[in-house]
Amino acid sequence: MMPRVLPRRRWGEGPWPWLAAGSVALSLLALGALLLLLAGRGLGHFWPAPVALVELENGHRLAGEAVKEEPPGEEASGTRGRERLYRTANRDLDAGSWTWVALEAIADVSHPSELVVLERRRWGDFIGRLVAVERDGRALGEGASAWPVLQARLDALQALRDEQARLRRESILPLAARLAAGPDAEASRELALANARRRALQAEADRDRLVLESVDGRRLEQPLAEVVRAWRPNAMSPLEKLAAWGQGVWRFLSEGPRAANTAGGVWPAIFGTVLMVLLMSVLVTPFGVLAAVYLNEVAHQGRLTRLVRIAVRNLAGVPSIVYGVFGLGVFVHGIGGSLDGWFFEEALPSPTFGTGGLLWASLTLALLTLPVVIVATEEGLARIPDHQREGALALGATRLEMLARVVLPMAAPAMLTGVILAVARAAGEVAPLMLVGVAKLAPQVPVDGDFPFLHLDRKFMHLGYHIFDTAFHGGDVQAALPLVYATALLLVLVILVLNLTAIFLRHHLKVRHGALPRV
Amino acid sequence: MSVFPQPRTSSIGPILDVDREASCLEIEGLSLAYGDKPALRGLALRVPRHRVTAFIGPSGCGKSTLLRALNRLHDLNEEVRHEGRILLEGQDIHAPEVAVAELRRRVGMVFQVPNPFPMSIYDNVAFGLRLLGGMRRRQMDDVVEWALTSAALWHEVKDRLRASAWSLSGGQQQRLVIARTLAVRPEVLLLDEPASALDPISTLKIEELIRNLKSQLTLVLVTHNMQQAARVSDYTAFLQEGELVEYGPTDDLFTNPRLRRTENYITGRMA
Repeated sequence: MMPRVLPRRRWGEGPWPWLAAGSVALSLLALGALLLLLAGRGLGHFWPAPVALVELENGHRLAGEAVKEEPPGEEASGTRGRERLYRTANRDLDAGSWTWVALEAIADVSHPSELVVLERRRWGDFIGRLVAVERDGRALGEGASAWPVLQARLDALQALRDEQARLRRESILPLAARLAAGPDAEASRELALANARRRALQAEADRDRLVLESVDGRRLEQPLAEVVRAWRPNAMSPLEKLAAWGQGVWRFLSEGPRAANTAGGVWPAIFGTVLMVLLMSVLVTPFGVLAAVYLNEVAHQGRLTRLVRIAVRNLAGVPSIVYGVFGLGVFVHGIGGSLDGWFFEEALPSPTFGTGGLLWASLTLALLTLPVVIVATEEGLARIPDHQREGALALGATRLEMLARVVLPMAAPAMLTGVILAVARAAGEVAPLMLVGVAKLAPQVPVDGDFPFLHLDRKFMHLGYHIFDTAFHGGDVQAALPLVYATALLLVLVILVLNLTAIFLRHHLKVRHGALPRV
Repeated sequence: MSVFPQPRTSSIGPILDVDREASCLEIEGLSLAYGDKPALRGLALRVPRHRVTAFIGPSGCGKSTLLRALNRLHDLNEEVRHEGRILLEGQDIHAPEVAVAELRRRVGMVFQVPNPFPMSIYDNVAFGLRLLGGMRRRQMDDVVEWALTSAALWHEVKDRLRASAWSLSGGQQQRLVIARTLAVRPEVLLLDEPASALDPISTLKIEELIRNLKSQLTLVLVTHNMQQAARVSDYTAFLQEGELVEYGPTDDLFTNPRLRRTENYITGRMA
């Protein structure tokens, strides 16, 4: 029967598009918050914070950077029971560099411009007043004139350090290498001369001393050679602060770590991470691509192939520490131990390849990311229409020629997608690396001017492990925390840069070989 | 004992008798099966040299299967088994001394969907030549120009040989694919519904090209379009359910079919 009246539809689309859009917005917000937190906490560390001079009710005085208050709350809740943490530095004077101060006990807070902060190679920072700059016991500048003199001396000191580094790089190291090769009277004479010159430079640097005074009146003599840099945050204009910030960021990126990883830079870790990831990509790509080609183009598409495919897909989900254990057992102890026995017998019992190193770490991560590359490449291969393959065969191409000239170039963007995913996964892995070659401190990067230039047996530093180590194993966790955030941000940026490189490469290939229609 | 069912010979109509001397391809008792599904049953026919021979028939009658057997594209599929012989210029194409790549160079093929490779127009045409190797740059330029001219495409693309082949229109792409095949000088050109994905103007161009090419080589055309078969082919074979039903000069077969089955199909009275 024909329906006489149909029910009218009451509802339109409803709220579901908003729900979907809302989830996207939420995800983006969470990501943005993550990056903002890392950037704020990490990059803020390099901004010269104002130094407060705090006078307490009981007459004590201290100077430091305000860090945080506990319990956190509104101003309106008053000052009762709240405490503020100051970074007062001066570990050599106070046996600690952090001070909690009850807000109720504070009589006055001021920011005098003459307070200086010194970054030192020992004992951490100094916060206080500069009294005098001395040279061989005679004052070069005192009181108000001491600061400009200090600036000049620091510049001179930097010149001395550069000269020392140049001497070491250009004379001492090559001469030492010549001597190591065999007895050479001329070389040893020149080496003695160069060392004498270096000692002279060091003596020159050691002539300067600073007389410092903490805000509660204790005096301190400080050799200038141990001072890395000095600034007066309360007297700096925003532009000067920006310059100091940029300098701080640059030193963080370009220098090695100091003071048990709680200060200094992360350059060896950046280098180690990037080198390890590149090595991993070089190892994993050919194997992954060949395996995918076999599975998709060569193997009979039967039950066994399906089984292998499922197994490969599941391998991607194996926890990474399991790969670490495998790497330790097979690569380090198995293969590495045998290699040592065959080729590096003279070095035993100290292992060469029989211990964790760059090669074993890269191989372990290559194994870890192999399924990702295989799956991505296979998907790319499956998307190439059969008529392309038949077209090549019908022109008299063998199967190898068809693969090499038509199929693989067309699948190249998909392979690169696999490599991108592999890089993203490998660069962030820490757990397996702890078993197969990462080091807490390896100031020598695995690439240098000595044959064979790339030292695959060396241990290396890694940003991910550096974060873990700095955050939990340092002596002064509070001081290291900003560096943890900065390092985490850096790790994200390194992965981003690696991925962008691969994405640009993929785009270039797509333009060259024509984009495949999306299926 | 053969695993293939024998042809129901009672329904086979007149088969064109081509002189052995004048035939390019000879198919002798060809049966073919995908797994245990038979697709061709005991086909026997001769394809005359320098003529256009069309295979027509309803979907699934095996005409494309037959075409793909002629340059051994079925080798890729492990399930396919065959029986009988195919002779190219008197030589069995399945003989062990025949290199399959060389056979496919001699028996070129153009597919239903235009399938230029994702490279430049020039590189597409030069693809087969580069596989053969040993050709100088100037020689290759000449062959590319000749092939594109033969495929009636040269004037449209001569100023943009370095452009991507995928920037061409569908009809141009199909002519490019023909040029690519012609460049390696095949003796036979197999065309598997070459115009079914194209617009009417492009279709006419392809048909004209097919008529012009028969002075150079032997053409075998599979088509759904009976007008097309009537327009371009010299001989037509009608296949049904994997059997050759009737084979004769195109004019005879379309104007005066001998069998009721053939007549029903070409007049569209088939269920």
